[in-house]
Amino acid sequence: MALRPDLAVIADNVASGAKVLDVGCGDGALLAALRDRRGCDARGMEIDAANVAECVARGLSVIQGDADKDLAFYPEASVDYAILSQTLQTTMRPDLVLEQLLRIGRRAFVSFPNFAHWKVRTSLLWTGRMPVTRLLPVAWYETPNIHHATVNDFRDMVRERGIKVEQAWFLRGDRRCSPAAASFRAEHAVFLLSR
Amino acid sequence: MATAPIIDPSKVLNLPQPLPLDSGRELEGVRIAYESYGTLNAARDNAIFVAHALTGDHHLASPHPKTGKPGWWVRMVGPGKPIDTNRFFVVCANVLGSCMGTTGPASIAPDGKPWGMRFPVITVRDMVRAHVALLDALGIEQLHAVVGGSMGGMQALSLAANFATRARAVLVIASTARHSAQNIAFHEVGRQAIMADPAWREGDYYSHGKGPEKGLSVARMAAHITYLSEAGLTEKFGRRLQDRAEKTFGFDADFQVESYLRYQGLSFTDRFDANAYLYITRAMDYFDLAEEHGGLLANAFAGSKARFCLVSFDTDWLYPTAESRNVAHALTAAGLPVSFVELSAPFGHDSFLLDVPALDRVVAGFLGEAQ
Repeated sequence: MALRPDLAVIADNVASGAKVLDVGCGDGALLAALRDRRGCDARGMEIDAANVAECVARGLSVIQGDADKDLAFYPEASVDYAILSQTLQTTMRPDLVLEQLLRIGRRAFVSFPNFAHWKVRTSLLWTGRMPVTRLLPVAWYETPNIHHATVNDFRDMVRERGIKVEQAWFLRGDRRCSPAAASFRAEHAVFLLSR
Repeated sequence: MATAPIIDPSKVLNLPQPLPLDSGRELEGVRIAYESYGTLNAARDNAIFVAHALTGDHHLASPHPKTGKPGWWVRMVGPGKPIDTNRFFVVCANVLGSCMGTTGPASIAPDGKPWGMRFPVITVRDMVRAHVALLDALGIEQLHAVVGGSMGGMQALSLAANFATRARAVLVIASTARHSAQNIAFHEVGRQAIMADPAWREGDYYSHGKGPEKGLSVARMAAHITYLSEAGLTEKFGRRLQDRAEKTFGFDADFQVESYLRYQGLSFTDRFDANAYLYITRAMDYFDLAEEHGGLLANAFAGSKARFCLVSFDTDWLYPTAESRNVAHALTAAGLPVSFVELSAPFGHDSFLLDVPALDRVVAGFLGEAQ
């Protein structure tokens, strides 16, 4: 089964045999790929019970938990990579969650949808309505995404906090676009961060 | 029947050496009744130990030889089941202090009379010591997994903490790392009911033909309520009347729920010894894994390399989800691979014994994962 494009980027860039914590791991697709293809010690946290049961049934170590509350129980620098894919925008305090990721992991992968993609901009500009797109398919009143951010917002936040961007990937569908064009053209961003 | 231990033709181990206890005492001549299913492989590494709950026994997946009742976990254990006896050698032993075949207060002491209240107070760790002695006798150095629900989960956690190398995986269902004030309170109600029954005779009722059946029955009724959920009781009984059209303005079992509880209480006295109930509930109340290890639960697992899985049920108010989450957090802090999930099921604490398909998937997935 092919991984979602942002997960494929992460899977390709995690060192083999690394210890990994995937926060908001969903049904465990990335964890299973990291375990089976890269020999990683892959563990997860997921808020939805049905997803957790699915992960455990796949033989993965996953804790039912809430990124906003339960990351505090992980010891410092206990994994090589802490991963937050498509989850940042659903947390109550993305800034605090990011700090936790970099406390627990020596490095952190963060992926999120870019709210400044041109389709979003044109939707707001021409219809005056919150966009419903391929990546943001749910209407404003029922979306789990409560903290929309853009590529530039995220760049600002990590700069202000003295977090180092080791690498970044910008995706439209499964194709890449340049950092310069990312703000306008990227549907998705993946950052590799460290302190 | 509550007057003698139930002896059945199951497998028995007579411990040649005395069993040391947490109280500082030693117990000589311990007899352990157990059952096994499947085949131990040549490497002796495919064994799963299943620990039973308070009033359970070792007849896990086969009919009880005396009562003919099906094993208590047939839906989970057997060929092709989540705990697959085609693949695993599954062992279940009656706990120390019980009355289903293993030595307990109804057993005969060295002086030829039943132990009664002279039986030493035991702990969950003492039960686990007896299990480990059985594993030694069976030549099983390391289990593929130890599995338990409720008090069985406490034994699984205690084994992981105190005999860290004996299990590669630990599966704990609807359980806790310590008995709460509420847990102790309900048990104390049960014990007081037994001890308030004149037929209890300070525990020395074995020669009188009849034990404290009324007291034991009330103890079981109170405990049984804690195993169910409010919604489950409402759905099953509501306020419906028992075989009558109107209230009788008396104290008969007017309501179906009363009749049900009375039946549960009475039938329990046919199969369980009142003193065993006192001793085992005491052991559960004394259980506090953090306290055993300097007050910090994470320290209890410092020597462990096992994988863990904790499952709770959203309607279980006896050992609610917070208890399992607490253990999961401690294991996380100890750096161990742990899974934890709260499953949705309507049956309260008893959900672990009943039809919850998600539990089957979790159990099969967790145990099937090769180490």
